[in-house]
Amino acid sequence: MEPILEVKDLHVSFNTYAGEVKAVRGVSFTLNKGETLAFVGESGCGKTVTAKAILRLLKPPFAEIKEGSEIRYQGQDVVHMDKKTLSNYRGEEVSMIFQDPMTSLNPTMKIGKQIMESLKIHKHLNKEQARKEAIELLRLVNIPSPETRVDSYPHELSGGMRQRVMIAIALACSPSILIADEPTTALDVTIQIQIMDLLKDLKTKLGTAIILVTHDLGVVANFADRVQVMYAGQVLERGTTREIFQDSRHPYTWALLSSVPTLAKESKQELYALKGTPPDLILPLNHCPFAARCEHCMQICKEQMPPETVLSETHKVSCWLQHPDAPRTITFHGKEARS
Amino acid sequence: MLKFVLKRVFYMLLTLFIIITVTFFLMHSIPGDPLASMARNLPDQTRENYYAKYGLDKPVWEQYLIFMKNLVTKGDLGESIRYPGRSVSDTLATNSQVSGTTGGLALLLGIAIGVTLGIIAALNKNKWPDYLVMFIAILGITVPVFVLAALLQYFFTVQFHLLPTTGWGKPSNLVLPVIVLSFNTIATYARYVKSNMLEVMNQDYILTAEAKGVTPFNVVKNHVLRNAFLPCITILGGQIASVFTGSFIVERIFGIPGLGFYYISSINDRDYTMILGTTVFFGALFVIAQLLIDIVYGILDPRMRIKAKD
Amino acid sequence: MDETMVKEPIPKEKFQVIGTDDFSGDVIARPQIGYWKDAWRRFRENKIATVSLVVLLLMIIMVIIGPYINGINYEDIDQGALNQAPSAEHWFGTDALGRDLFSRVWQAGRVSIAIGVAGALISTVVGCLYGGIAAYFGGAVDTILMRIVEVLFSIPYLLIVILISVITDSHSIFTLMLALTLTGWCNTARLVRGQMMQLKNQEFVLAANALGVSPWKIIVKHLLPNTLGVILVAITFDIPGYIFSEAFLSYLGLGIQAPNTSWGALASAAQQTFAFYPYQMFFPALLIALTMLSFTLLGDGLRDALDPKLRK
Repeated sequence: MEPILEVKDLHVSFNTYAGEVKAVRGVSFTLNKGETLAFVGESGCGKTVTAKAILRLLKPPFAEIKEGSEIRYQGQDVVHMDKKTLSNYRGEEVSMIFQDPMTSLNPTMKIGKQIMESLKIHKHLNKEQARKEAIELLRLVNIPSPETRVDSYPHELSGGMRQRVMIAIALACSPSILIADEPTTALDVTIQIQIMDLLKDLKTKLGTAIILVTHDLGVVANFADRVQVMYAGQVLERGTTREIFQDSRHPYTWALLSSVPTLAKESKQELYALKGTPPDLILPLNHCPFAARCEHCMQICKEQMPPETVLSETHKVSCWLQHPDAPRTITFHGKEARS
Repeated sequence: MLKFVLKRVFYMLLTLFIIITVTFFLMHSIPGDPLASMARNLPDQTRENYYAKYGLDKPVWEQYLIFMKNLVTKGDLGESIRYPGRSVSDTLATNSQVSGTTGGLALLLGIAIGVTLGIIAALNKNKWPDYLVMFIAILGITVPVFVLAALLQYFFTVQFHLLPTTGWGKPSNLVLPVIVLSFNTIATYARYVKSNMLEVMNQDYILTAEAKGVTPFNVVKNHVLRNAFLPCITILGGQIASVFTGSFIVERIFGIPGLGFYYISSINDRDYTMILGTTVFFGALFVIAQLLIDIVYGILDPRMRIKAKD
Repeated sequence: MDETMVKEPIPKEKFQVIGTDDFSGDVIARPQIGYWKDAWRRFRENKIATVSLVVLLLMIIMVIIGPYINGINYEDIDQGALNQAPSAEHWFGTDALGRDLFSRVWQAGRVSIAIGVAGALISTVVGCLYGGIAAYFGGAVDTILMRIVEVLFSIPYLLIVILISVITDSHSIFTLMLALTLTGWCNTARLVRGQMMQLKNQEFVLAANALGVSPWKIIVKHLLPNTLGVILVAITFDIPGYIFSEAFLSYLGLGIQAPNTSWGALASAAQQTFAFYPYQMFFPALLIALTMLSFTLLGDGLRDALDPKLRK
């Protein structure tokens, strides 16, 4: 296991009319070479903001990465990177695909040119070589007749095709990390599977590490190596996919898992819906952010932030239920919460 | 694309036809007839000859048909009533060269400066260059042309004798009128380019470009500018119209023998054939310019190209 | 178990499960602000727009009381005081006929602003009706109505205005208004129709429809507030437009006729002798520019304040 990206105590705030909205509150994690890490959580839990912060795509002065936050890519300090290094880092080392392929491509530029752009910047190819390479990349992402498609404009392609083009752009310079921000949310279900299969394929072919931002646990189960569950700008639980899906310890993770529709569940059984909404991130919050919605909430949960309990080398959870004084609780998986 | 162009041409011709017809009948609906005041004191015979010469003895619809026939077949707009023997079409042809020079220069200058200022403002949002540009832009939109013309004339000619007050023929005669005429275009474009650029900069595809590692300079050059400029073509029509109407005043103040100058003097002279001819000419020029703008826009925007094909 | 992080022992009773009986989590911390209240708040934050509004209010007060302040009627001709510079008696000086410019400037402002406001109101009413009808009926009616607007729109505006004022030749305020508003409403019609069409197909209107909200309530609660902003902004931009057009016409001698006057007419009269008596041009020009400036900045401020998308 060789770590390539380390994020430590990341804080991101938005400056709004009502004051400072703390969107990310001390997120730390490590990404290893070639692995897939999924960020899971409801909308507005800070997963996209964290992803964008890794590429420094947040726009100051509205959004700012707070002092003391640390993002290191192979030892390099990303937070304080100068413009030139940053532009080499983006696209060549780490690249990103976005949620909505309909708006993520420049409407007035041929898709070929959009792929060639990063090839020219990072690989210093001339026009002819870049074009050839772009056609190869389109073939790699399974675009039919790439020789003619290379001259298409985005609006001439379907949503699924556009997302393939986005993937081709992102992978053009074979980056070591690909950040996929809800890559399938805006697509049809059948297309979703195709895109995820493609990503899986490319990952094994190219050995790219992937950060997958999603709220779709089905995708996570099939795709990710490790999962971190985020809520209100914090990581509540992290572990391998197996640990999260078979032995999760945080009530919020249970809530997420039980709201996934499965064929196995009796068809008449009503789908579980988590009550309430996440806390307003403008609040200071110095206790467990999930306390107000938690069925297992205790007095302490509303007073203090729970420490992160280490369950195994990979599995960690921040929950007061892990405290020896907490009542015995049965998990979503029917096991003891405290082992 | 061809279908799109043909459709546009058809609408242009329809608009032109409506302008000509409405203007013609409006001009002939004026109480009394165009010659009444002039011909009042003439002997009967001479007056009748006069009326016959301009076809005013015939019913209005017949006059209309003759007018249209001459216009379509020969491009002939008739003869000036005030200055017999002066052909309206010829006068327009001569004068439009003069106005074309000032107007064309003013448009070019206005777009060039306006676009540059707009880009500067957008890239320096909420810093002093932005405030300066927006201040100039607001002045350009709110200070009437005649005030600006009077001020510049006063300072550059009366006070400092740097440039000739009025007249035509020397390059130095062009300086002030072109500056005055271009002011509104500068202001409009500076504001429009700025707001378009800011809008484009918020688009998702700019984020994609940034994530690719495109440098800030190239993001602006390759992604922002083209998308921000496209809609700027559409407001060109309004700018052409504003240069037209601006020329009415500017040409009068600076004594430039152009279309606007003659248009205003023919209004003051009640020279009906001249007014009719000039209105038709202005209308045609404007409508054709609009058509060209539409077609150019269709060619430049790939999304329009597809729509145009359907 | 990792308990090293817990600094001091926590009393056992803190570990009683209390569950989710209260929904304190649902409390939204930021103040909830309605659309108009929020717009007003953002408008007030915009200092330039607020100053513009104050300037305009002062201007309106002055055009109402201005002509009476120094006790000289704006029509009075004083043969003994031609082309006088500003003085204690004639604050803004006198014109070529010896009329007091202070009184004339405010009288002119009265006419100019009245024309601006009346023009904007007429074009708003006509434009809203026209655009509303086009959007409401849709289909062929919409196509035909909008084609007509397109044709009218493609004729240079001032050309029509000049033509109408040449033809009517009466130079009364009524015909002037007719000339100015004949095609002036087209822009408003387009805006209103565009906005309505967009709203008609938007999810929240469809949702309201599907939920069985009555059409009347949809119009009052959804369509109107969302269109009102656009109309309000259009009005603030229309008023200076009409003031400008009137000034333009009067400057060419096609607008307001003596002894009545407007800012454009005053500027036109001052033009010939500008090199000798620049102050005659200065005051009307300053007031035109100031009015146009204030309306434009006010319009900018309103547009920013009323656009919910710009809300942060």
